[in-house]
Amino acid sequence: MQKILVGIKRVVDYNVRVRVKPDGSGVVTDGVKMSVNPFDEIALEEALRIRERGEPVEIVAVSIGPDDAQQQLRTALAMGADRAILIKTDQMIEPLAAAKLMLEIIKKENPELVIVGKQAIDDDSAQTGPMIAALWGRPQATFCSKLDLKGNTAVILREVDAGLETIEIDLPAVISADLRLNEPRYVKLPDIMKAKKKPLDVIEIASLGIDTTPGLKTLLTEPPKPRAKGVMVKDVAELVDALKKRGLVS
Amino acid sequence: MSKVLVIGEHDGHKLSQATARCVSCATQIPGAEITVAVFAADPTAVAAQAATLTGVTHVLTISGAHHAHPMGAVLAPHVVSLAKGYTHVFGASTTFGKDLMPRVAALLNVPQISDAMSVEGAYTFKRPIYAGNAIVTLEAPADKILVATVRTASFEPAASTGSATITAAAVSVEMPTHTRFVSVQAASSDRPDLASAAKVVSGGRALGSKENFELIFKIAEKLGGAVGASRAAVDAGYAPNELQVGQTGKIIAPQLYMAVGISGAIQHLTGIKDAKTIVAINKDGEAPIFEVADFGLVGDLFEILPQLEAALSQSGAK
Repeated sequence: MQKILVGIKRVVDYNVRVRVKPDGSGVVTDGVKMSVNPFDEIALEEALRIRERGEPVEIVAVSIGPDDAQQQLRTALAMGADRAILIKTDQMIEPLAAAKLMLEIIKKENPELVIVGKQAIDDDSAQTGPMIAALWGRPQATFCSKLDLKGNTAVILREVDAGLETIEIDLPAVISADLRLNEPRYVKLPDIMKAKKKPLDVIEIASLGIDTTPGLKTLLTEPPKPRAKGVMVKDVAELVDALKKRGLVS
Repeated sequence: MSKVLVIGEHDGHKLSQATARCVSCATQIPGAEITVAVFAADPTAVAAQAATLTGVTHVLTISGAHHAHPMGAVLAPHVVSLAKGYTHVFGASTTFGKDLMPRVAALLNVPQISDAMSVEGAYTFKRPIYAGNAIVTLEAPADKILVATVRTASFEPAASTGSATITAAAVSVEMPTHTRFVSVQAASSDRPDLASAAKVVSGGRALGSKENFELIFKIAEKLGGAVGASRAAVDAGYAPNELQVGQTGKIIAPQLYMAVGISGAIQHLTGIKDAKTIVAINKDGEAPIFEVADFGLVGDLFEILPQLEAALSQSGAK
């Protein structure tokens, strides 16, 4: 194996309580802490572990987003990626367009593996991984919680609704990382210093010649309906009585 | 007129309730004609169940040994070849649907709406983003096939009063061989299914061990309910992955949800906010779970759970 591409998305940090703009035009992102999508950190960690198990593999972190997404790519470089590519755009990019853009990078880089997070925690779409695989005409192993490379194939354990599924896929392929694939490492200060010297290419989105016009129109963004305020009960007896009244306990 | 193709989900014998909920979503599209596609090694039994779903007019069966364990990468080209002539292709927001549908959408070169939670028009749907902290209304182009996954917790299952026609469909697509099923380690089937259970009892990290998590199973048994778990409890190894409830686990809408020792991170709450009644038991009275609970009880779960088990035995709950 020679090369792994890892998708890195800049998202609102998972600890931030997201607020909807009063005019319904979106959510507040100004002045909000931004981070690497947590599932993408897991994706990158898996690539790093493949290299640490002795595969002489180059790891390339790829992001699509505004100039500020360089910060997240620097984090990826500090974690251990060898180099990074930013496809620069201020436009909102839908998963289908993201997949088409990634395919352009794939054609140039010819990786054996593309690892992405199973979903981004901003739009929760969970589409980009399978869409890349579809356009590339290659296998996809979504919700991957264990990855074993065996020559030109990989054996994947997937977290599915029924339990755990094992599949075997031919490489090259797309993997989407689930929560329990690994636990990403913390970045150390010397690594952050080193990461500043690693190559980070910025590509203007227009240079890739892909139509990235959104296919879906967002008509409104609104807060969810709150649940009605409940009551506190003092003990088990009171709780069971309350449930009986609602017919939930006979 | 809208023609909706719903991809049936099943285990080879039984149609999933997720499909009945998907059909229910499709019926809300005005004047929709609904077809369910059943891919299986032997689709007979599953197709018969799909044919009874209220609102379904046609069931298409596609049989073949290679459909015994459907996987998105293998199934997608088949779905694409069936999709022509339909205005919508729906699948459930299950791991099966999430694996399959984006691949179908990309092959059709159309955008996908994930987790549709309400129908506002034939091409307009609402869906949650940011773990349910915001709801967006999306409009898809009416001149293209609309591919969507349906957030099953938002729709009641369709009733079973229908009698659709069942037709075998011939699909001639080259089988991708790059993806091969090996095995599945399924959860034990003697418990109610978490995704469709009317009552769910969930445990969190506060249970402290896999052994203590048995307390949750005991309460669930008394209630005749399913067992769920927070991400923290699954990460700690107290409960298997398929029991995880939340943004990255299962999104459920039971009649009763009982959260025990779960603080209520936003990522967990998004998985349960459609539950009709939420009960929270936690020793920290400030825990965010109490903000969404209909009934809250502050205290030590190791004292409360045995009392609750005893009370449920007395009350004659199963």
